[in-house]
Amino acid sequence: MNYLEVEDLRVSYHTPEGEVPAVRGVGFGLAAGSKLGLAGESGCGKSTVALALLRLLPRSAGIRGRILLDGEDVLTMRWGRLRAVRWAGASIVFQGAMHSLNAVRRVGHQIAEPIRLHGSVPRDRVPQRVGELLDQVGLPGWRARSYPHELSGGQRQRVMIAMALACEPRLVIADEPTTALDVMIQAQILRLLDRLVGEHDISMLMISHDLSVLSGSCDRLAVMYAGRVVEEGPAHAVVTDARHPYAAALGSAFPTVGDPASRRAPHGLPGDPPDPADLPSGCAFRPRCAVVEDRCAAIDPVLWPVDSDSAGSAGRSAACVRVLDSAAPEDTGAPDGAETATTRVADPDTTLPTQESGAQY
Amino acid sequence: MSGPAGEGVPASARALAWERRRRALVGFCRQYARNRAGLYGLGGLLLIGMVALSAPLFIDQAAISVTGAPGQRFESPSVEYPLGTDAFGRSVLDLVVWGARISLAVGFLATFVSVALGTLIGIVAGHFGGLGGNALMRVTDWFMVLPTLVMAIALAAVLSRSTLTIVVAIGVTAWPVTARLVRAQTLAVEARPFIERARALGGGHGYVMVRHVLPNVMPVVLAQTTLLVAEAIIMESTLAFLGLGDPATISWGGILQEARNAGAVSSGIWWYMIPPGLAIALVALSFTLCGRALEGVLNPRLRERR
Amino acid sequence: MTGAATVGRADTAARRSRVLRYVGGRLLTAVVSLFAVMVTSFFLFRILPGDPVRAMTTGREVTVEQQAELRRQFGLDQPLWQQFLDYCAGLARFDFGLSYQYRVPVSELIAEAIGPTVLLAGTGTLVAALIGVTLGIRAGWRHGSVGDRANTAVALFLFSVPSFWLGLLFIVVLASGTGWLPGLFPTGGMATPGVDGVVAVTVDVGHHLVLPVATMVAVVYAQYLMIMRSSMLDETGADYLTTARAKGLRDALVLRRHAVPNALLPTVTLIFLNLGRVVGGVILIETVFSWPGLGSLFYSGLQVPDLPLVQALFVVFASAVIIMNLLADLVYPLLDPRVRT
Repeated sequence: MNYLEVEDLRVSYHTPEGEVPAVRGVGFGLAAGSKLGLAGESGCGKSTVALALLRLLPRSAGIRGRILLDGEDVLTMRWGRLRAVRWAGASIVFQGAMHSLNAVRRVGHQIAEPIRLHGSVPRDRVPQRVGELLDQVGLPGWRARSYPHELSGGQRQRVMIAMALACEPRLVIADEPTTALDVMIQAQILRLLDRLVGEHDISMLMISHDLSVLSGSCDRLAVMYAGRVVEEGPAHAVVTDARHPYAAALGSAFPTVGDPASRRAPHGLPGDPPDPADLPSGCAFRPRCAVVEDRCAAIDPVLWPVDSDSAGSAGRSAACVRVLDSAAPEDTGAPDGAETATTRVADPDTTLPTQESGAQY
Repeated sequence: MSGPAGEGVPASARALAWERRRRALVGFCRQYARNRAGLYGLGGLLLIGMVALSAPLFIDQAAISVTGAPGQRFESPSVEYPLGTDAFGRSVLDLVVWGARISLAVGFLATFVSVALGTLIGIVAGHFGGLGGNALMRVTDWFMVLPTLVMAIALAAVLSRSTLTIVVAIGVTAWPVTARLVRAQTLAVEARPFIERARALGGGHGYVMVRHVLPNVMPVVLAQTTLLVAEAIIMESTLAFLGLGDPATISWGGILQEARNAGAVSSGIWWYMIPPGLAIALVALSFTLCGRALEGVLNPRLRERR
Repeated sequence: MTGAATVGRADTAARRSRVLRYVGGRLLTAVVSLFAVMVTSFFLFRILPGDPVRAMTTGREVTVEQQAELRRQFGLDQPLWQQFLDYCAGLARFDFGLSYQYRVPVSELIAEAIGPTVLLAGTGTLVAALIGVTLGIRAGWRHGSVGDRANTAVALFLFSVPSFWLGLLFIVVLASGTGWLPGLFPTGGMATPGVDGVVAVTVDVGHHLVLPVATMVAVVYAQYLMIMRSSMLDETGADYLTTARAKGLRDALVLRRHAVPNALLPTVTLIFLNLGRVVGGVILIETVFSWPGLGSLFYSGLQVPDLPLVQALFVVFASAVIIMNLLADLVYPLLDPRVRT
């Protein structure tokens, strides 16, 4: 069984202007020891997903769906149980560690805090454990007495990682772990994270806007757009041979090392991500899509398995009408009129394949 | 628009500007109206303002003079004197209503003096910067160190006893806060590109300061002003209570001083003491509520907090 | 990483000189301000209307010769610049001259009155800060809640109330013994004459202290509440609080261990800054409760006018603010590790 199982997760924020959907039905599973990357532009809902996993969203957020952590639904847990699961069951490496660490507390104290709280080791062994953790992330023990501002960005991120490993969780959620760092440090931190996660047999959900960061560390990738997963599959396949036009654009936005062609013709993506409060009809990517068709305005596609006979497409799925066409032309049929398409879209769970069915692995 | 193109264009530009202003005003009012406390404050101010303005219509000035008092000394509240009478037999209600005039007038005037002074110094210091600007800010900092109340008391004591003295004493001691605020805002405004453009087009110092900086600084000043009026009114009553006001005028602080001197405290003549103090508190509260609401609308950083 | 350690230690010398320069700069600013205050005080009160000699001798028959003698005795026959030099020289020796009305050295009067003022202002600030900060933390943490709104409303109202009026009301209701309530507290002063013994005197002074302190707290705590509330609001969305929650900390612990230590820093500075102003601010409360402190002394000195006394008190009030500003500047770096280095 998967250690983490997310089913039809929906998050919306209550604002004075009304409900704004941030996550609109996301599902994925994460087997013990495996690594999944979640990619997308800022504002696509990927960080909201990360915070929702431990119910860390502000009170103005409404969450629906199921988040099964080791078989237990996080969303229906009682507060006491939830607090016990936080950090001990799954911990988070936050982005921009400057603000994620408390500026007026020594880092040793901050690392020790969850250890004491969850009783991971006997009280008298806590300082020793903090030393071990710092050693694991390549920091000298005396750094425990430093304040966050006395550390460099990379060192702070190392502290964050040491902290995340403190209670030996089975899942680490890394939310943009390297965003604020320069490229050299980025690589160091990624290698460190990779090594530690591998050594301790921890599952990892890594979130980034940088597909190249994810493709290096993760087994599988899920690309999010406007609150949904639009493409999902083995990391290499998604990067090199994306089926959703957005995933393809995201992949080509980062030049492949050693490929002069990609450097000479970088493919940026025109336009801005859509306003979650005012999504276009049909496919949310439609206004920015290079290969948009008339029917895209009427159909709001969901994840659908990519044709399995093409090479390297095992366990892949994408949410694009063109994938739907090639996958099952007889069964579903290409929607030939806006009329029928709209009625189908009105109740996607029954007429079209659901998110979950496409995202199991 | 119907005229020749040469005239039509500026007319429509002006119409556009008006339209934009009108829309900004409507938006402003709508945002203000969202703050319920601010609406209470505004309502309170309108009410008190109206009472103060119309006081001469229903109060006979002779009845509130020390010699022409109609009642007996210290009458307790009755139908004729809803709030009783004071040591001279005057109706306390009449006194409090009349006192609103002087308290509000002093509050507004003193605020005007201090805001004008503070804005002038703040803009000049912010605009010119350099040695002169820094020296001005040093002076401002130093004035901030002086204990306002002590300074105002000293000034009021030094100058002759009149309402004008109180206005000056408050106005001269309360300006540094405004000056600091305006300077910060001036620096922010002058960093924007349109100032550069105005300079490039040949706008002199005076032109830039008055036409560009001032309008952009005003919103911040407005909120600050409203808060300052509350402070000025309390300060006025304080000085009057200490006997530093003009003995011939009726103000809330003055009434309280008379009450204390007449022994109202020890003999428990509550109707002589509660109304003026309550009036001060309510007016100051109304101004504070309005000021906070304005700050919330005009200062976006604060807006998201409420 | 070990390289960083040695670099860190080599930095200490540079850091020490930087700290010294910082402290020196603050001290210099404070001294300059003090001097400016002294100058202002001298010239400001020279404009006071009325002849001090006539004020000193009201109700007594004095000959012209005696008046001239008095003038000479108090140095009033000297030119203004000479008086100013004498005044400065005196200040340097903490000699503020003779009080016109009491005929004793001003320094003695101030020494007598400073204790009561510090007692009143100190107790009042302490209580007000405790109440204000506690309520402010709660209001900010649960902002928008019923408790927050009620707290803010009450604070804003009390903030608008003139302190002297509130003091008078307290006296009427709780001290004068009118109506159905007996006089629970003394109407004024600091001690009942004839009370002896350490315990009895302490209790007696405490009893006298209740109403003035209550008045002061009621008017002042709102400021602390609003400051604490808004600095809590600044922190509520902070990332490190999300980290703390993610660790599994209870809400109360997130508040106590993480939010409050961060939000408290600006408030502590403000409390220090206010402490200086409070010394001058108690003038009214002291006047209303006839508390034998600096405020009462200042008020009585203004009526005469007792130039040396009023001048000296003005300097004392302003120095209180300057010294507290200096302390705030010096203490803040010790509290905030971000500024410490």
